[in-house]
Amino acid sequence: MPPSIIDQFLYVIWPYLCLASLFLGSLARYDRDAYTWKSDSSQVLQKRKLQWGSNLFHYGVLIVLLGHFLGFMLPEPWVLAITQTETVHVMLAVVIGGSCGVLAFIGMSILIYRRVRYPRIRQTSRKWDLVVNLMLWAQLGLGIATIAFTAQGLGGEDFSHLVHYVQSIVYFRGDSVLLLQGIPLVYKIHIVLGFTILGVAPYTRLVHIWSGVATLAYMVRPYQLVRTLRRAKR
Amino acid sequence: MGQFLDRLHYFRYEREPYSDGWGELRGESRHWEHGYRNRWSHDKVVRSTHGVNCTGSCGWMVHVKQGVVTWEIQATDYPRTRSGVPNHEPRGCPRGASYSWYLYSAHRLKYPMVRGRLLKRWRRLRQSLEPVEAWAAMMDDPEGRDYKSVRGRGGFVRAKWDEVLEIVAAANIHTIQHQGPDRIAGFTPIPAMSMVSYASGARYISLLGGAMISFYDWYCDLPAASPQTWGDQTDVCESADWYNSGYIMVFGSNVPQTRTPDAHFLVEARYNGTQVAVVSPDYSEATKFADIWLHPRQGTDGAMAIAMGHVVLREFFLDRQAEYFQDYCCRYTDLPMLVTLRKDGERWIPGRYLRASDFDDALGTPENADWKCVGFDADGSPVVPRGSMGFHWTGEASVERGKWNLEQKTADGRDIELQLTEIEQRDEALDVAFPYFGGIGKEGYPANEQDDVLLRKVPARKLAGKDGDVMVATVFDLLCAHYGLDRGLGGRCAKSYEDDVAYTPAWQEVITGTPADDVIQVARGFAENAEKTRGRSMVIIGSGMNHWFHQDASYRVIINLLMLCGTVGQSGGGFAHYTGQEAVRSEVGWSCLAFALDWQRPPRQVAGTDFYYLHSDQWRYETVKPADLLSPLGDPERHSGTLVDHGTRAKRMGWLPSAPQLDRNPLEVARAAEASGKDPKQYVVDALTSGELGMACEDPDHPDNFPRNLFIWRANLLASSGKGHEYFLKHLLGTPDAIQGADLGETGDEKPEEVTWRDPGPEGKLDLLVTLDFRMSTTALYSDVVLPTASWYEKQDLSTTDMHPFINPFTAAVDPVYESKSDWEIFKALAKKFSELAEGHLGTEKDVVLSPIGHDTPGEMAQAFEVRDWKKGECDLVPGVTGPNISFVERDYRAVHAHYTSLGPLLDTLGDGGSGVEWNMKPETDQLAALNGTVEDGPAKGRPRLDTDIDACETILMLDPVSNGEVSVRAWEELSAATGLSHKHLAAGRENEKFRFRDLQAQPKKAITAPTWTGAMNEEVGYSGFYLNVHEQIPWHTLTGRQHFYLDHPWFRDYGESLALYRPPIDTRTIHDVLGRKSNGNAEIVLSFITPHQKWSIHSTYMDNLMMLTLARGGMILWLSEADAKKAGIRDNDWVECFNANGVAACRAIVSQRINEGMCLMPNAQDKTVNVPGSELSGKRGGIHNSATRVIPKPTQMVGGYAQLSYHFNYYGPVGSERDNTVIVRKMAHVDWMEEPLEPAPENRSEATTAGERS
Repeated sequence: MPPSIIDQFLYVIWPYLCLASLFLGSLARYDRDAYTWKSDSSQVLQKRKLQWGSNLFHYGVLIVLLGHFLGFMLPEPWVLAITQTETVHVMLAVVIGGSCGVLAFIGMSILIYRRVRYPRIRQTSRKWDLVVNLMLWAQLGLGIATIAFTAQGLGGEDFSHLVHYVQSIVYFRGDSVLLLQGIPLVYKIHIVLGFTILGVAPYTRLVHIWSGVATLAYMVRPYQLVRTLRRAKR
Repeated sequence: MGQFLDRLHYFRYEREPYSDGWGELRGESRHWEHGYRNRWSHDKVVRSTHGVNCTGSCGWMVHVKQGVVTWEIQATDYPRTRSGVPNHEPRGCPRGASYSWYLYSAHRLKYPMVRGRLLKRWRRLRQSLEPVEAWAAMMDDPEGRDYKSVRGRGGFVRAKWDEVLEIVAAANIHTIQHQGPDRIAGFTPIPAMSMVSYASGARYISLLGGAMISFYDWYCDLPAASPQTWGDQTDVCESADWYNSGYIMVFGSNVPQTRTPDAHFLVEARYNGTQVAVVSPDYSEATKFADIWLHPRQGTDGAMAIAMGHVVLREFFLDRQAEYFQDYCCRYTDLPMLVTLRKDGERWIPGRYLRASDFDDALGTPENADWKCVGFDADGSPVVPRGSMGFHWTGEASVERGKWNLEQKTADGRDIELQLTEIEQRDEALDVAFPYFGGIGKEGYPANEQDDVLLRKVPARKLAGKDGDVMVATVFDLLCAHYGLDRGLGGRCAKSYEDDVAYTPAWQEVITGTPADDVIQVARGFAENAEKTRGRSMVIIGSGMNHWFHQDASYRVIINLLMLCGTVGQSGGGFAHYTGQEAVRSEVGWSCLAFALDWQRPPRQVAGTDFYYLHSDQWRYETVKPADLLSPLGDPERHSGTLVDHGTRAKRMGWLPSAPQLDRNPLEVARAAEASGKDPKQYVVDALTSGELGMACEDPDHPDNFPRNLFIWRANLLASSGKGHEYFLKHLLGTPDAIQGADLGETGDEKPEEVTWRDPGPEGKLDLLVTLDFRMSTTALYSDVVLPTASWYEKQDLSTTDMHPFINPFTAAVDPVYESKSDWEIFKALAKKFSELAEGHLGTEKDVVLSPIGHDTPGEMAQAFEVRDWKKGECDLVPGVTGPNISFVERDYRAVHAHYTSLGPLLDTLGDGGSGVEWNMKPETDQLAALNGTVEDGPAKGRPRLDTDIDACETILMLDPVSNGEVSVRAWEELSAATGLSHKHLAAGRENEKFRFRDLQAQPKKAITAPTWTGAMNEEVGYSGFYLNVHEQIPWHTLTGRQHFYLDHPWFRDYGESLALYRPPIDTRTIHDVLGRKSNGNAEIVLSFITPHQKWSIHSTYMDNLMMLTLARGGMILWLSEADAKKAGIRDNDWVECFNANGVAACRAIVSQRINEGMCLMPNAQDKTVNVPGSELSGKRGGIHNSATRVIPKPTQMVGGYAQLSYHFNYYGPVGSERDNTVIVRKMAHVDWMEEPLEPAPENRSEATTAGERS
């Protein structure tokens, strides 16, 4: 069955639009509005709820994202060399991803509660702060919901389709949409929402994801840097 | 642009590792640094300072970026002090550092605002009527004045400048025409902290003939003891002089909190080895400086200090005669002067000073012999030393001219040696009676009961006077007896410090709770240091003591200590009173400008306390009777009636000024006087004597005698300084109040004798209240017209302080934002509008002006012995002697603007001056004409221009000796004529210095030593009060020409305060009728109500500033002790009410160990605009600290026409004390924020709003 226009849009065009937005949007913001590039922490206004919510969410979601990256982007033979079987691969995804996803979900729930419940936070929030929270919360919910399906088909048929889909997007293969045929709806929504989140990231506080990535540079940096004036004229 | 692309240069990336790769030199873009650099870049920096409220006068550099004031930083370019003394800089505090917030805050007044009801009616009337007629129509219609009842309840609408000025000018013209110019009044405080702004409105009002209201006495910052002792308002050292001291006692002054920029000198002094004793009932911030902390019960400091005096007299004058003290006291105090003793049965009572006129030949000095005091020479003969007031005011050509100095000589030049005591030469030791008040107690204040009259042995001598023999004693001998010292003459007195006899250290322990040993230790240390250093012991003193009812008595006890130790007038010593002081260094230049002395004299001025007491009808509720205050030796007959009667007598006798003055329009009186064909002055005298004409103060509640228009600028009169806030609301404004007590009409108490009682009390006396401010203060909220004024970074002005010797400029960093204008421009525009509208209503008019007998004028020698009241037929009404001066002043009301904007001719012809020294000013007006240009046409043609605020600044600087060396030299020469000594050297070195405004902008300049002040400023010494009296032999402006221990005016004798003594806090009787009457179920406790300064604001300024609000709890607070809080079931941060018969305030409690049991502490002037809920008691929004106060004037401070006890605007007069009050504190059961409208809008509000928008 050939894919419908709608499917073609949702699973191929939309992801590319979102990724384009992520890269170009981030670039534009970095250049034009460098001083708005921040995480907009509200810790100064309220601390205790943030401690729990933020830590749970961030640690959870970082592990989940790392899992996504390793699971989807590593070449299959490498993965199999580590996990031996596809089943173990999926098991790892379900157990680690699932538990961390739940932690992140709890964390985000706290953060949403905090954002709505505390007047000083509510008053100082932008509309998008809450929207982003709700999107992440829904995305985590969907991710957890997929566990049920993944666990059923531990053989990994669907799972490898998903892996291939993601890789096809990254490698610009163009056959991606076919791979999603027969995949349960919840995965599809998870995918669309996931790309959407990436798409809006440059225009919201989520832009600080980049900064998080950039901090990795500290790991390879010398202890002391001297920035010479010789090239500083510009 | 291209920040990211810049980073994509991996291959040509310069990297040079060093230190084995631990570091790296990189050639990456540093573009990002611009962001940080830009944050601190700015387009210009301008020197300015902060005004009015704060006496710091700190130089601040105001930074402007893209036309917006962005921040301010402390100036650090003060000239260095001099060798051996630390530098001044940096000056400033967190409050000043946050000022720029105000400029663009939501709190900023941006447009002229008018009360909606008033504006709506005005516009309707204006459709058919001319402005003045429209105002008249509004006033004639009782409904037309209903805007008064909604004052303070919102309803402002925006209006255009032209329209508001028209309303105000029309109201002024109508008032002058129908009620008289003296029914217009203006209030603004502290001229020193923006002289031109003060002068703007004062000049306008003075040109109209309106009355300027004094502030220093009203604020209770005036230490009445200072004029009483020294004949000078307040004259204190600059803060740098603290460093020169060896022993400092800090008495009721919170230096780090209220003198933040100066506090470093106290720290540095401690590093320099200075001993510091801090006296403060609570653990105040200043306590950290203390080597020893004394904490007497609040309000009992006087008892402690008098015991210190006892110790000093015992150890340094009687047991041993410290040479320096003896010499100092003989030369510079009245201790060797003689006081007559009057026989009263078996006992003797100290009377008046012996005068030269008591002798047959006036001891060889016949001129003004009533005003020359007498002492004993070493050979035991009575002599008249030079320096008494009688020598000051000799005729120009008199042979006695040039003898007014402190040389130890007689008038004919014979050397003398005055004697402190006559104990060896005494004829008799008499039983002399002294009043004693320490036996009066009240709840929370233990008494030390002794006889209320103490009989003490005094060595006396018999002299042959022209009316027979007279018994006399020296002031020193009286003082020793009064202090209870045993001199081997027998009688009841203290044999040791442990005796519980007034006034020993043991005696004070009962009252103050301070251990006697501590008091002895401090007294001894203080005096020892003074003896060794020749007077370098100092007392820093402040409002903690000054705001009590008997402030002058307590202060005098401390001043006695300072005088005995020879500290006054010595660098590093003396009396350093810092409380809202106004060291207008440029006093002469400023007062010429402010009171329009260049065009018309005399100006109308009125004493603040008396004015507000009368016109906010606080006298109608008076609970304190003269009998409560009189000495057991006083004559109650002479002081019958109530306190307001004392004020009325004082005004009638020309002691105090009054406004409104006569019971009808003074323009009308002047017309009648001219028509009568008599000498106009005689007409007024006759009319007053016959009773045909009355004084307005005799019937203040009659509508003819209301003040009608009031201007307030640079002040938050109704809140911060509105003692008796609720009475102001009810009577002056006519809007709802929260008074809990009843007036004398309802209580059936004794009514005044001299003042007509009217029932019911009038409400809404003011027709128009105009406020100029840059923020919406409480006062602005209650006004009818609010005019947006320039902030301190938007105008040019001058600022001085007594904390340092520099003159600082205000400079416009940006133009006034939105539609605001500087005060100078606002009143100029108003003068213009007024002059236009006056045409056809007012022309050139004669005005009868009554002015009090002024200090530092020959008139201060009025009634030398007895007090005689012309109204009672005891004497004739002689203007300027037994009654006020009467003058006729011509005013051209069409030329108000022309006069406002030019410097008038009177300075050329009459000259001017200050502190009793006057000089010709023609050279200066000529120079000003050259500097500012002259007026081309109109009524002021050819006069120097006074168009802009810079012109005004230049005028002040040019005219005043502190900023014009040539003038100073001329003024010193004038003074030399009176003293017979040469003083020119004090300014000679700076003769060619003339400050210009731009000089001050470049760097603050140190003022020039001038005879209008008593300290020198040069390379040897810093400014120190009375330094020149001691070092140049210039007499004090007092009766004896010396510092006074003794005050012989009959009223002082009747009230028992001839000699300084301890008087306990008075019972204000504000609790009884309220306690437990309207219970909310919570416990009610009664506490002493102390209202000191706050840490995060300067009065109400800054307290609404967001930055300061976040540094403190933000909003109104009340400090309580843990013990009291427990009694009332109050926990920290609970909402509480604090109330008494005067009103109620709602606030939050801070429970702290810092506070003594029995007192609560409500920082003053927490404006009621931030975080104030409704009160359960009143059902209205909770008030402010002044809701619980009512001012009680003290009769002795009304005395006038008598040497140093003569009135001078802002220099002397009754003070508005409030601290003896007690309040009830209870926890609130229910906190209501009253967010909903109080009542349905009485009229269609939207109509007024649209009207506002349409304009």
